[in-house]
Amino acid sequence: MTILVLAEHNNIDIKSSTLNTISAASQIDQDIHVLVTGYECEELAKNMSKCEKVSKVYLANNEKLKNPIAENIEPIVISLANNYSHIMAPATTFGKNIFPRIAVKLDIAQVSDVIKIISPDTFMRPIYAGNAIATVKSNDKIKVVTVRPTSFDPVETSGGKEQVENISFDNDSGSVEFIDREESQSERPELSTARVVISGGRGLQSAENFKLLNEIADKLNAAVGASRAAVDAGYVSNDYQVGQTGKVVVPDLYIAVGISGAIQHLAGMKESKVIVAINKDEEAPIFNIADYGLNADLFEVLPQLSSELDKLNTIQQ
Amino acid sequence: MKLLVTVKRVIDYNVQIRVKADGSGVEKDNVKMSMNPPDENAVEEALRIKEAGKADEIIILTIGNDKAQETIRTALAMGADRGIHIKTDNDLEPLAISKIISKVAEEEKPSIILMGKQAIDDDSNQTGQMTSALLNWPQATFASKIEIDDQNAIVTREIDEGLERIKVSIPFVASCDLRLNEPRYASLPNIMKAKKKPIQTKEASSLGINIEPRIEQLKVEEPPVRQKGIMVNDVAELVQKLKHEAKVI
Repeated sequence: MTILVLAEHNNIDIKSSTLNTISAASQIDQDIHVLVTGYECEELAKNMSKCEKVSKVYLANNEKLKNPIAENIEPIVISLANNYSHIMAPATTFGKNIFPRIAVKLDIAQVSDVIKIISPDTFMRPIYAGNAIATVKSNDKIKVVTVRPTSFDPVETSGGKEQVENISFDNDSGSVEFIDREESQSERPELSTARVVISGGRGLQSAENFKLLNEIADKLNAAVGASRAAVDAGYVSNDYQVGQTGKVVVPDLYIAVGISGAIQHLAGMKESKVIVAINKDEEAPIFNIADYGLNADLFEVLPQLSSELDKLNTIQQ
Repeated sequence: MKLLVTVKRVIDYNVQIRVKADGSGVEKDNVKMSMNPPDENAVEEALRIKEAGKADEIIILTIGNDKAQETIRTALAMGADRGIHIKTDNDLEPLAISKIISKVAEEEKPSIILMGKQAIDDDSNQTGQMTSALLNWPQATFASKIEIDDQNAIVTREIDEGLERIKVSIPFVASCDLRLNEPRYASLPNIMKAKKKPIQTKEASSLGINIEPRIEQLKVEEPPVRQKGIMVNDVAELVQKLKHEAKVI
């Protein structure tokens, strides 16, 4: 058995989700190849080949692959597919966009968003926004699997065999043209991998008020997240959303501020190690899963929290 | 221009689901069912495209048991023109679903197929991408904005990093995000009118497509239950607990 992992990256840096996926793959077999598709990313491919558990990297380097157009990446994966027992990618918007195309072209039923590997053909995955966990067995010849990155620790970025092989690409689909990307710029840690996350909901009431969370986030080196309600209301952009249709986060500490706790939001954060809920509605369902609940007005709590953290930092220094 | 919108009947998003005691699945009897939420956005978007004069017919497709017709009626009451019901009593996998949708698309020849980006029951997020690949039409997944001109569409996609815009040629497959639009409610007169709109029914087994499941569901269980913690009285206590008890700050 050899496993192929499709790498998620931005042509410069390997995304952590790729390291999580390799880790998941290594629970099935130790012979792992990684496919890098991109442009001017030789250095990245080299770094990829150094990663723990990686025995070989295939690099398809072409200007047409600069942006991850699903229609262009699909034939490259298909051309390699028959050599592998498993083909895996992270269940991020990158992997979700591409992998079903690969599965259907191979006439295989994909297993999405795996959170646990039971055996080479049997996996656990959440359904109904994580309110049920299904154990499923794939009976297809090749297993096409996407994995939830936060369910697997990343592999180390050293210890690989440093083998890179170039493969050609000449299959531009032509029917899709990339226009542009609007990426949120932030000095803070990335939401999906941050150790601490502070999220706001409709209770914040405005985009302006959302900035109250930034101040706390800076003091805790935290990422800022949001409920769907807050994103829909336009307080923050879509990449902040935590939940069933947004990001899944598993930080050591998750602070939910003014979030009532709809099941769709809980789906994205209930595996966090420690959950704090701050809400003025004592009936808010978020309190049922919180380790520490504070039933108070967030507009009074946030400034106090900020100054308590200052005190703490002063003592620590 | 014809639009094909696919909709799925699922357990209503407000229902707290219950796992069956024997581990065979989720309790669906006597549970409120409704249209998969992002499928409502797909229907709404189709209506807006038609209202803008860019399409003249909206066809609603669903695949499921007899009751799935109710979901078609909901979409017809919102304003769609006619329905196609592919009947099966089995829960089909996205692989089989996408084959059926492609088959219907080959017959109906729509210019755009719209659907929700994922169904909130099995959370697979596969059908749109698979349908696109089978038809060899471009895909525009996780769409939060769709702008159409004669030959092309510019679609804004919600991705983990933010937003991305792509240009796709028509025909194409769009999978819709919840932020694409605000779906309308059907008015009473439109609900009455919808009862007279045609729905064509076909047995899934008559299509000549292999719809046998490939994935065996061995077990469905409840996730581990998280114990309710404690309430703290003030911020100072909270910070002390986080520092000395939980040791996370």
